[in-house]
Amino acid sequence: MSEPILEVRQLNKSFGPVHVLHDVDFNVYPGEVTALVGDNGAGKSTLVKCIAGIHGIDSGEIRFEGKPVTMSDPRVPTGLGIEFVYQDLALADNLDITQNMFLGRELTSGGIFLSDGQMEKQARSALESLSVRTVSSVRQQVASLSGGQRQTVAIAKAVLWNSKVVFLDEPTAALGVAQTKQVLDLVRRLADQGRGVVLISHNMNDVMAVADRVAALFLGRVAAEVKTSETTTSQIVELITSGRSDGLGLSSAAVNETI
Amino acid sequence: MSSNTSLAKTSGPSGSGPERAGQFSLDVDERTIPGAFSGWLGRLRTGEPGALPSVLGLIVLVVIFSQVSHQFLSKFNIGNIPTQGAYIAVIALGIVFVLLLGEIDLSAGTAGGVCAGIAAVAVSKGSLHDGLPGTMYWSLLIGQVLAVALAVWLKNYVAAVVVALGFVLVVTNLTQHLVIALVAAICIGTAIGVFTGWLVAKVGIPSFVVTLALFLAWQGVLQFALSGQPINTTNYDLWHNLTYGNLSPVASWIFIIVVVGLYLGYTLLTSLRAKRAGLAHDAVELVLLRGGVIAAVGVVVTILANTNRNTNPYRIIEGIPVPAAIAIVLMVLATIALTKTTWGRHLYAVGGNAEAARRAGIDVVRIKVSAFALCSSFGAFGGILLASSQSSASLDLGSSNVLLFSVAAAVIGGTSLFGGRGKPRDAVIGAIVITVIPNGLLLKPSLGPQWQQVITGAVLLIAAGVDAISRRRAARS
Repeated sequence: MSEPILEVRQLNKSFGPVHVLHDVDFNVYPGEVTALVGDNGAGKSTLVKCIAGIHGIDSGEIRFEGKPVTMSDPRVPTGLGIEFVYQDLALADNLDITQNMFLGRELTSGGIFLSDGQMEKQARSALESLSVRTVSSVRQQVASLSGGQRQTVAIAKAVLWNSKVVFLDEPTAALGVAQTKQVLDLVRRLADQGRGVVLISHNMNDVMAVADRVAALFLGRVAAEVKTSETTTSQIVELITSGRSDGLGLSSAAVNETI
Repeated sequence: MSSNTSLAKTSGPSGSGPERAGQFSLDVDERTIPGAFSGWLGRLRTGEPGALPSVLGLIVLVVIFSQVSHQFLSKFNIGNIPTQGAYIAVIALGIVFVLLLGEIDLSAGTAGGVCAGIAAVAVSKGSLHDGLPGTMYWSLLIGQVLAVALAVWLKNYVAAVVVALGFVLVVTNLTQHLVIALVAAICIGTAIGVFTGWLVAKVGIPSFVVTLALFLAWQGVLQFALSGQPINTTNYDLWHNLTYGNLSPVASWIFIIVVVGLYLGYTLLTSLRAKRAGLAHDAVELVLLRGGVIAAVGVVVTILANTNRNTNPYRIIEGIPVPAAIAIVLMVLATIALTKTTWGRHLYAVGGNAEAARRAGIDVVRIKVSAFALCSSFGAFGGILLASSQSSASLDLGSSNVLLFSVAAAVIGGTSLFGGRGKPRDAVIGAIVITVIPNGLLLKPSLGPQWQQVITGAVLLIAAGVDAISRRRAARS
């Protein structure tokens, strides 16, 4: 088994008196999809925001490619090659696909004038590398895209920057059946190309379909980190709802303490 | 890439996924003349009418007014339209930047009035130090220094340099020379815009309230600046000719050849370059057709403009009006800034989705401040043109309907009040519509001036209605 590309060790985070994350260990491996699951309020978003540099951490360590890093600012993880695709997508409707994919990082000639042709080509090859077949033109306005297409663009935007780790927050939440399948295929391809992918999801079908590994959070603690091939949906659901399942999960003492 | 229909079937039932999805076939196509036409029809149907409604509205107005008075279509009358409307076009051009953000600037007119008023004081009294009331002179200097600091703090370095230039010109009293006074007025406009932008983007007061307050305040400041005395601008040839002057026939030809030539050369070069790079591009015939139409219009207009249009035989009026040339040049510059530069792209992004822009690492505050700074700078230039066309830096320069007409011009042209949609071209077309209405009505004295406001209001309402309907269609499709 390869070394994790992103490691979180013994991370603690409190908001005032509320201890949100408790000694959290979390690993992302290159070429694998790691699902981060947990009920509402389990601390998924807080964990992601700590890694994204939006929240500071109280104690613990984040290591990227084996080296400890401090996510003091949202630009730090981006600079390292960690991309975040948020639920509300963060696309500008009035711009086209290329313009959105390059937003804030436009290619220019002479530092001022845009190199639209150059960007168009790169956007196209990024979408091609993901075998995206749902868009016919990278010059389409995002306003005219369907939910699945938007999600595709948001993910492709992350790919464009040779990212090494991609976090996807509920990428299939608002999608129909066919579109969900397309996006999940895309998630799988991201990992197959060697990236570490983190899939945050409530949907156990999605998790079982694409994830290699599942980390279940229960009230701010990691209940278990297991391989999907060695577990079942009902076990994961139990981990999410009660923090333990058969031999897996937190000790009853820990569960009681947290509650 | 060859057209392979079997792949297209994998595109899935994603609704709007076009038939040749997945191969980016639309991105390598050559856009031919029929293709461009059907694409334009398609955009019309899906709620992107572009300039069509405003142009159609203009044609309807022209047809009506040509029936009302036979003088309407005379060369003399048409030649007057740029003189009467240039200030609306220029202020509206500035307002487009702010509207693109989904904000509004109600103060651009009166701010422009203050700037033009200061320029008038500077040249007529020979020194701002003596011409302005003492407290106002020192307030101006302090305000400029503060604006430089604000601009630097908010990372608007170009604005900072411009404002600093204005400060230097005022302190050294170079403003006694007319050209420099006008430049300084525009720099003061930039300073005002930085201040407005800071209040909106950094302090967080809604732009409607900030600029409404400043709209009122600048009117009073103008009266302080003029010490209650309007200043005649007809004595200053250059100032007067900004709206009343005409390019000489030779200069007119040079102007039109440069404008059309640059346009043709640029579009042709882009098309050929995109073709070489394997990107979607317009076919050479399409480029030539479009360029040819524009060139033909340019040539006809220049020929007509270069013949004497004065009905009075003692004085010859010929050549392209200077205010028309000013509006065209500013429109081209604004278009280049908005569509070809990173700054323009970021401005559209902030207007479309400020949160997305912020997450993409764009400094939203900086972009907003720059838009307000530009808006007030254009406002200052508009104020200068207004003072020229009404022959006086009057006590109410830039107040009353000036600003509302300019906002109306931008909206009639098709700029959305909700941000993210609009072009500088819209502002100029809208300004022509707004100018034609009083121009046509004045030719028929039996229709009183009260009609002007009713008709302008109706046109604005229709334009806003077209915008709302087209947005609904765009949302549905």
